[in-house]
Amino acid sequence: MSRAPAPGRAAWRGLALQLAGIVAAGLGLAGWLATADLSKTELTTLAPAALWGYTVEHLQLTLVAAVIVLLIAVPLGVALTRTAMRRFTGPVLTAANIGQAAPAIGLVVLLAFWLGFGFWAATMGLVLYALLPVLRNTIVGLQQVDARLVEAGRGMGMSAAAVLLRVELPLAVPVMLAGIRTAMVLLVGTAALATFINGGGLGILITTGVNLKLTSVLVTGSLLVALLALLVDWLGRVVEQLARPKGL
Amino acid sequence: MPEHTPAKPADSVVTGAGILLDHVTKRYPGQARPAVDGLTMEIPAGKTVMLVGPSGCGKTTTLKMINRLIEPSEGRIVVDGDDVTQMNGDRLRRGIGYVIQAGGLFPHMTVATNIGIVPRMLGWTRERVAARVDELLELVSLDPEQYRDRYPKELSGGQQQRVGVARALAADPPVLLMDEPFGAVDPITRLRLQDELINIQDELQKTIVCVTHDFDEAVKLGDWIAIFDEGAQLVQYDTPERILGNPANEFVENFIGSGAGLKQLTLTRVADVGMEKAVLARPGEPAGDVLARIVAAGHGHAVVVDSRERPIQWLSRRKLDRLETIGSTPDPALPVVGSRATLSDALDTMLVSSAGAALVTGRRDVFKGVIDIKTVMDAIGRSQDAAALDSTDAPVGLNTGIFSTPATGDEGDDSAPADNPGPSGAAGDAPAAP
Repeated sequence: MSRAPAPGRAAWRGLALQLAGIVAAGLGLAGWLATADLSKTELTTLAPAALWGYTVEHLQLTLVAAVIVLLIAVPLGVALTRTAMRRFTGPVLTAANIGQAAPAIGLVVLLAFWLGFGFWAATMGLVLYALLPVLRNTIVGLQQVDARLVEAGRGMGMSAAAVLLRVELPLAVPVMLAGIRTAMVLLVGTAALATFINGGGLGILITTGVNLKLTSVLVTGSLLVALLALLVDWLGRVVEQLARPKGL
Repeated sequence: MPEHTPAKPADSVVTGAGILLDHVTKRYPGQARPAVDGLTMEIPAGKTVMLVGPSGCGKTTTLKMINRLIEPSEGRIVVDGDDVTQMNGDRLRRGIGYVIQAGGLFPHMTVATNIGIVPRMLGWTRERVAARVDELLELVSLDPEQYRDRYPKELSGGQQQRVGVARALAADPPVLLMDEPFGAVDPITRLRLQDELINIQDELQKTIVCVTHDFDEAVKLGDWIAIFDEGAQLVQYDTPERILGNPANEFVENFIGSGAGLKQLTLTRVADVGMEKAVLARPGEPAGDVLARIVAAGHGHAVVVDSRERPIQWLSRRKLDRLETIGSTPDPALPVVGSRATLSDALDTMLVSSAGAALVTGRRDVFKGVIDIKTVMDAIGRSQDAAALDSTDAPVGLNTGIFSTPATGDEGDDSAPADNPGPSGAAGDAPAAP
């Protein structure tokens, strides 16, 4: 029992370092923006209020897509691990694989032609792109639960639903959360492409920077996306630490 | 072994329920032969029935059909006189204890939470569950203070298995199903867990159905042993003594393996056979006095016990002759067996010791008497005589035919064991034909 806290403490130390790094990089960026010699266009594009607006848009895209992904992938993953549905697991994973294997930019643009340009087309593209990690990890997480524990639960008179909620899902949580974190990080990165179909987000800084040859705007946009992704990754790790079932 | 048939000790009450498998068949789609084929089997209340057989013989399928983890394709399951084939499976299983290999504890729940699962499902109050958890941990020899808040990974394999048994007993079910319960622990722990299960069963008198592939375990734990061949063909269903002494056919003989005579020694415990008295001596006594006492009693040895009556030395006449006074240093090579040990263990100890006999100790290692090789030989002779007699109280076990027809040798003509009131009603109202 005395050994238990040690790995946890190491993980928390790593998390603190990660956060410190993100904050330091963020402060560095802010400091550079405040002191750099910027042109009028750059100043307009990089005004704090504008940056904040792009970031909020970017987060909105990410979060809405993430919520939709969770709503689809987790129940689907649960359903696909039930005995009656198990034979569909392979085909569905293959389909989800195609979603991820297709180049994200192509996916987003194709969807835009179908759904019209804007927020929802971008969100749809992101959802398709991020579905696989969550679905796969939900399935793998549930599959790696020792079948004997499921049998022990049923053998004690727990209903199938009770076994799922009280045994299978809690034991699958670490793997599922890892998948969700991966998906979130993917989403933050991929949401930068939403700007191509008028979906908003921090991607606009990157395209503006490239189109107008404004390196400062390009760098700021890229750094903000990267920092946001790292921050989301950090949040995911914190949740994983907190939600990991004790005793594992 | 005498305790199989006659009256049970007065202070223990049978809390088990009889079980009847009535023409039970299990077919799996895509398989030509049924996994279990028309099995009719009676499991007497309060007894331990061991299902043994080669792997794939359908013994586990049979076990899981009792709590309907596997639904029978045909036939009826009757528990305590009630046909449970149609009732809600979850409710049925809450009333039947289930122990699997390595305990099957949920790793994300503490010991107390694991044990409390069934009581909480049954709607017990928090206080009642907590009290029951402590009671059960005591029963399986784990200190509640120390263990109730631990997680399974903080327990040894043997401790996990004990918690598994405690969890199965939580709601005091009349029937306990065990699926290779001690298969995953080391041999020494396994022996200890088996002894503990025997003690618990002496106290609780549940109906235990236990699957094992270890014939020695079946002999040790079982009141009755059912030996299966493929398709859950019941080859022999009888007491361990009779299976060892009178195997039904070559298959059973092969399954028993060599050393049937030695295995019979595991059926009897030292406490069940006669012990001889010994001349006692205390440290500090003059050796001459003790020698005089032995000669007077016609014995060859004297047992030296300490102030708490624990044996420390065993002195022959020759050694006493050489001594002035009796010493108080314990002899580490003293041949000692506990009174709960089997005759097999006792014989082993005797063969190692030069004396051809062993000292028997009871609770707290207090000296009880001496057991010698002749006592063991007499016990073997007696159990062989007993095995040669026809058992008239064997429970019913058939694969085919009609329940009440006197057929298939010596096991078909009796519908219920004489000493158990539980399943006889169940057996009585079984239909004559499917």
